[in-house]
Amino acid sequence: MIAFIPLFPLLGFVINASLGRVLPKTISGGLASLVMLASFAVSLAVVWRVASLAPAQRVVEQTLYTWIASGDFLLDLTLRVDPLASVMILVVTGIGSLIHIYSTAYMHDEVDSEYARYFSYLNLFAAFMLVLVLGANFLVLFIGWEGVGLCSYLLIGFWFQKTSASDAGKKAFVVNRIGDYAFILGTLLLFVRFGTLDFQRIASATAPLGAESMFGTLSVATLLLFIGATGKSAQIPLYVWLPDAMEGPTPVSALIHAATMVTAGVYMIGRNAVLFSHAPETMVVVAVIGASTALMAGTIGLVQNDIKRVLAYSTVSQLGYMFLAMGVGAFGAGIFHLYTHAFFKACLFLGSGAVIHALHGEQDIRNMGGLKAGLPITYWTFLIGSLAIAGVPGLAGFFSKDEILFETFAHGHQILWVMGILTSLLTATYMFRLVFLTFHGQRRHDAPAPQHPEEEQPAAHLSHQPAQAGSHLPSAGSHRHDAGSHLHDAPAAMAVALVVLALGSVLAGYAGIPRALGGHNALGAWLAPSFSARSVTTLADRAVGEVGEPEAGEAGGAGVELSLMVVSSIIATSGIGLAAFIWLKRRELADKAASTFPGVYRLLLNKYYVDEVYDATIVQPIRIVSQEGLWRGIDVHVIDGAVNGTASIVEGGSTLLRRLQSGSVRTYAGSLFIGVVLILGYYLWR
Amino acid sequence: MIPLGHYLIVSAILFAIGTAGVFLRRNLITILLSIEIMLNAVNLSFVAFGRAQGTVDGQIITFFVMTVAAAEAAVGLAIVIGLFRHRESLNPDAFTSLKW
Amino acid sequence: MSETILFYLLAGVAVVASALVIGQRNPMYSIMLLIASFGALSGLYIQLDAPFVAMAQVIVYAGAIMVLFLFVVMLLNAPQEDGAEWDRAHPLRRPGIGRFGALLAGLLIVQLVWALTRVNDVGGAIGARGDAAAISSVRAVGRVLFTDYVFAFEATSILILVAMVGAVLLAAREGSR
Repeated sequence: MIAFIPLFPLLGFVINASLGRVLPKTISGGLASLVMLASFAVSLAVVWRVASLAPAQRVVEQTLYTWIASGDFLLDLTLRVDPLASVMILVVTGIGSLIHIYSTAYMHDEVDSEYARYFSYLNLFAAFMLVLVLGANFLVLFIGWEGVGLCSYLLIGFWFQKTSASDAGKKAFVVNRIGDYAFILGTLLLFVRFGTLDFQRIASATAPLGAESMFGTLSVATLLLFIGATGKSAQIPLYVWLPDAMEGPTPVSALIHAATMVTAGVYMIGRNAVLFSHAPETMVVVAVIGASTALMAGTIGLVQNDIKRVLAYSTVSQLGYMFLAMGVGAFGAGIFHLYTHAFFKACLFLGSGAVIHALHGEQDIRNMGGLKAGLPITYWTFLIGSLAIAGVPGLAGFFSKDEILFETFAHGHQILWVMGILTSLLTATYMFRLVFLTFHGQRRHDAPAPQHPEEEQPAAHLSHQPAQAGSHLPSAGSHRHDAGSHLHDAPAAMAVALVVLALGSVLAGYAGIPRALGGHNALGAWLAPSFSARSVTTLADRAVGEVGEPEAGEAGGAGVELSLMVVSSIIATSGIGLAAFIWLKRRELADKAASTFPGVYRLLLNKYYVDEVYDATIVQPIRIVSQEGLWRGIDVHVIDGAVNGTASIVEGGSTLLRRLQSGSVRTYAGSLFIGVVLILGYYLWR
Repeated sequence: MIPLGHYLIVSAILFAIGTAGVFLRRNLITILLSIEIMLNAVNLSFVAFGRAQGTVDGQIITFFVMTVAAAEAAVGLAIVIGLFRHRESLNPDAFTSLKW
Repeated sequence: MSETILFYLLAGVAVVASALVIGQRNPMYSIMLLIASFGALSGLYIQLDAPFVAMAQVIVYAGAIMVLFLFVVMLLNAPQEDGAEWDRAHPLRRPGIGRFGALLAGLLIVQLVWALTRVNDVGGAIGARGDAAAISSVRAVGRVLFTDYVFAFEATSILILVAMVGAVLLAAREGSR
């Protein structure tokens, strides 16, 4: 039965891929959403079954067949549902279904065949993602890992006629590949060390070992796995693909680059919690990178002018939080934030999609404003999502983010805690900058003409362009007649998704109310068995597996947690207040700040020039070596030279040799004669 | 009694003469004649060896060699006739079409 | 004693005649000289107690093959070989080749003699074994030919047939059939 969870979306892919061209839109879209809902139903049933088991044995497995049987090495295609996987499959199928339903309305302008192609890719992605989270060993996980990378490429470059879109797709794939290379190396190292790739077996083999004090096998392997995770989950140094990935359709950004695919790295670390907790050096690296990425992305997001790009950097930042949690050992907190983030980030992305849809392709927030009255559903859901992500108490984001910050502080990483708090402030500020600029005030058309060299090229303007030419290309000054006259709010399918997700953004957090506030952290307790080895329970394991519980004797327990909660609430509200002050009341302050520190402004606007640095140090050298050295030098001269040279030699040799064919019989006879004499002489000599 | 070696030496000399003729002469007919000389030299040595061994096999081989030589001479001369009609010359160097 | 003289005589005639054959300008003379050489060889065969072969040599070789050559030469009415003029026209001919060929021939003789001297018991006199009567008669030849070598015999007959047909076809005047 577990196999049906990825099988339904796979079936949807097959049907849409093969028959999509002849199917009408309602059928292809409806079918795609239906299989997702079916998968969600099966997931619920499976999770119900898992929940009915005792906490220590909450595992349901299904082995499909033996994949590799080579000597002593056995690898089965096994799907395993334990508490961690159950959270993931519910998130993927649940939020995935909502996004499928949303897409049926959002992509409605496409041609039938393109529409079906979109849904086939979306279903394929869901199938692969489910394989990823259900895999019981590294290899099955890797199938899903690669598969979602492929689907990400296909979907980012969905409008492949547009150069920027196909470039973005390629960039995503290549950068992911770099991470995957490290991932494979890590997997191989683990195989060498443990002789198996099954997660549970590795966990039970690692559990009795002490934590590594030096940089040993475990640390190297987990570090390599983490590098793979930075590629997939957009952390430093491999995050550069995610902002460009906004070239894809907005539901794709919501599903893949907010809720599911980018969380694969976090999931992978959570899946290998025992392994990672035995490699303290790697954990430090994870935490530091997580916190740094969060802070850096937050600063960049503060000045971006494209609505989707702000959300993209926000995603990178929140993923940084998740990795921070994983890095300090709070695996449950990381997964909790993954789960709540899926809700409000999807809600925000879909809301931005509704805005773009209503404005016929406009994405620059400097051309927006005053949409609150015209798009009520969109506005309110977007607002709820923003409140959640800012960490306002009572909403989902507050509980999860707060838990992460508390765990960081409790484990003694004060500097990281400070970074986290600063990021929290930035998050609140830029999110509400986005809200105020997009929905409040008067409709503006401030964006300068696209050919401004200093500005980041708003290529994302064209992302809503369907395959035909002559669509809704906005340019400064052509939209003045648009203000409010025919704004239509989200159609029914889109509105449903938005509302459900907004509700989730409010309520999802209540699954993990910490003890300090009187709840019993149900989610943490649910997840705990996934983070410890099944067979052996030592004190070390239990300390790792326990999440969300204040460590008595370490940091004063509930009191510290409450006070930290207060601090973060104050930070969140002050961020919102700051944003309101600047962008609601005195907009010129923002411009003055930008002109007072032009260097800093440009640095942030151009994303710290990281892309340019990569291009100069890595891409161009490789290109030059390949083109000049390998191609012109070796391929043309050496290889072609050898092949052509052989031919020339043969030609020259035969030109020489054919002069023997003089046509004169006497010459032939003469040579025979000479040959006879010589051979006879030789034999007589011997 | 004449030793076997004497016969063989005669045969060798005849063979060498025949070979020289094939190589040096520029008349097709003479070349064919030189080939006949070579064949006869071989015949002689066969008969001599056969006699030395006391069997009749040497003569049998000679019989066959003669037959084949006759057939070859007939066909060869027919070809010479054909060539002569074509080029009005019996010089082998006149027929050099089969070259590079 | 007389045998030895006879041998040297016949051998000398054969060798000299053959040497002259390859030296003649006129192919007619070459053919005549070759007939003489064959006659001498025939005598040598008789000395070797091979009367059948001797007769076959005279009948077949001297009588048939050489006559055929004669016919062809007279039929073609070939011009005499004119070496010098041809040499000037054709770049591949050089006078050195003639000398080179003679040298090679001499070399060949030396080699063959050398080879022969290393063979055992060539010093032994032929005919020391006194079974001349057993091997020399035509009956003896015929017996072996038609029993042990009958296949080769029949094959040779087919060969002659083929040669005959081939000669007729090749020599036929085009368009006259």
